[in-house]
Amino acid sequence: MTVGSHSARTRVNLKAQRLPKWAPAALGAGAIGVAALAVHATGFGGPVLTGVTAALLFVVGLAVLSAVVEGGRTSRDRIATSLVYAAFVLALAPLLSMAFTLLSKGTERLNGYFLGVSMKGVSAFDDAGGAYHAIIGTLEQAGIATLITVPLGVLGAIYIVEYGRGRLATLIRFFVDVMTGIPSIVAGLFILAFWVLIVSPYLNNGRPEYSGFAAALALSVLMLPTVVRSTEEMLRLVPGALREGAYALGIPQWKTIVRIVLPTAAPGIVTGVMLAVARACGETAPVILVALGNPAINFNPLSGGQSSLSLYVYEQAGTASKYAPGRAWAGALTLVVLVLTLTVAAKLLARRNKLAR
Amino acid sequence: MAKRIEAVNVSAYYGSFRAIDNITMTIEPKSVTALIGPSGCGKSTFLRSINRMHEVLPGAKVDGQLMIDGQNIYDRDIDVTAVRRTIGMVFQRPNPFPTMSIYDNVVAGLKLNGVRRKAALDDACEKALRGANLWNEVKDRLNRPGAGLSGGQQQRLCIARAIAVEPQVVLMDEPCSALDPISTLAIEDLIAELKNQYTIVIVTHNMQQAARVSDRTGFFSIDSTGEPGRLIEYDDTAKIFTNPSVKRTEDYITGRFG
Repeated sequence: MTVGSHSARTRVNLKAQRLPKWAPAALGAGAIGVAALAVHATGFGGPVLTGVTAALLFVVGLAVLSAVVEGGRTSRDRIATSLVYAAFVLALAPLLSMAFTLLSKGTERLNGYFLGVSMKGVSAFDDAGGAYHAIIGTLEQAGIATLITVPLGVLGAIYIVEYGRGRLATLIRFFVDVMTGIPSIVAGLFILAFWVLIVSPYLNNGRPEYSGFAAALALSVLMLPTVVRSTEEMLRLVPGALREGAYALGIPQWKTIVRIVLPTAAPGIVTGVMLAVARACGETAPVILVALGNPAINFNPLSGGQSSLSLYVYEQAGTASKYAPGRAWAGALTLVVLVLTLTVAAKLLARRNKLAR
Repeated sequence: MAKRIEAVNVSAYYGSFRAIDNITMTIEPKSVTALIGPSGCGKSTFLRSINRMHEVLPGAKVDGQLMIDGQNIYDRDIDVTAVRRTIGMVFQRPNPFPTMSIYDNVVAGLKLNGVRRKAALDDACEKALRGANLWNEVKDRLNRPGAGLSGGQQQRLCIARAIAVEPQVVLMDEPCSALDPISTLAIEDLIAELKNQYTIVIVTHNMQQAARVSDRTGFFSIDSTGEPGRLIEYDDTAKIFTNPSVKRTEDYITGRFG
């Protein structure tokens, strides 16, 4: 018997019945039509209920149709695909809605005047005032917090990954994990009790000093665990072969870390730092507790109350005046744009060192 | 620029597990010494203990003496980085530094050890790349990333990087096992040239390769899993492959041994 005749006689069937390409689209249109009709006829619910009903009808209809025509496996595949898309839309909807709301309400007051003046001498009922003082506050507080946190966090992660052996490294990792769960108000209270009430009186003739620097300290308590953990993950991703390659050239360990390992991990570390910065920029509670807020411009982070954008949004949103919500939205938009700009800038900066492929 | 290496009763451990046991052998200068043997017999471990790379792994340590120029590299007052600069290493998988250009990869060892003068670095780069038979292929794109080269080119880049610091000895840990036959041929030709200047020790699983490139061959083996690796026979390559004096060597090179 030849091979050819053997394969011809027991030829395997590789073809399967498939729904036509237009079937899901037609089914979708049908589902929307039926759902709109049903919702309209009962007079019960609006566009949202129509959408939900249409989606349910579509999934059930497609599953049944596919099971009949194409068989069980393909039917399950189509259900899973529909669910994945549905989850994607559900996850994206709030994000898009928020971005839209923020843009439409925030742009009303956002202009050069808003960015250029403070709230000094502006009462809640004036159609005036801006967020200049708050932008200064956010930039200074987040900036100082970053300056404190990045060296500490990166060095801590380097210890854990490159040097730490045994108990101490495990202990540090455990406490970093614990720190991740600290609520921001607790960090604020800690700095209030430790820095503002105990340490700062020594530097200020015996009187406690509320300041932007204290807020920066509280923010760095919140940023530290994020920076340590993300840097740690990134350092672990650097292949051991690179370290060995460097050692084999007679390069000392610290130089290997500084010149080989850190540059390789830099883009990921920057992403982690920017996540922490974004979180710190959005924190309100510690700023209220230890920087108090200040309607006037205060450039000095070491002395006197200071506001921040998130605190500004909180204050304005809670003020009963027809102009305050506009200011709150504009402040919120400013904050988002600020964080976005910083993130994009940092990512570009980290990528610039990478060689062009 | 080549040194004799004398290993005296060298044993290496991973934690409490003894990976190689009492290796004593003399590696001649300006020659190629091949280490062959089944997987897990400790030939890579021995190779890594020659330039103190074994101890990089946590819990790993080495006993015994490894003499180079009359100095035991495991003495307390030895500078590890100086040892590694004297005894370079090429790894199984090419590992160019991904953030560096071809040029920076080659001169990394010099630059990070304090050589600053541009002219000196340029000279060293060209010399090392010519030594690794890579100059003609990359001379017009020295500023391109090293990771953008082909596998065989990357391995020659790593060899150039290793010889740029002007070592006395070059250790190669299965340098061709991730490469295609043409790149392998290029590396083998290179080894034949390099032995005019350097002492070369190469670990290989490819016995034809050992027969082609080496002057002397050491056969390592283990009695069973969990036992330490031992040096079974060490002799001229021609003798090992034609008329070995130990039965186990013969079994291994003729393929009768697992």
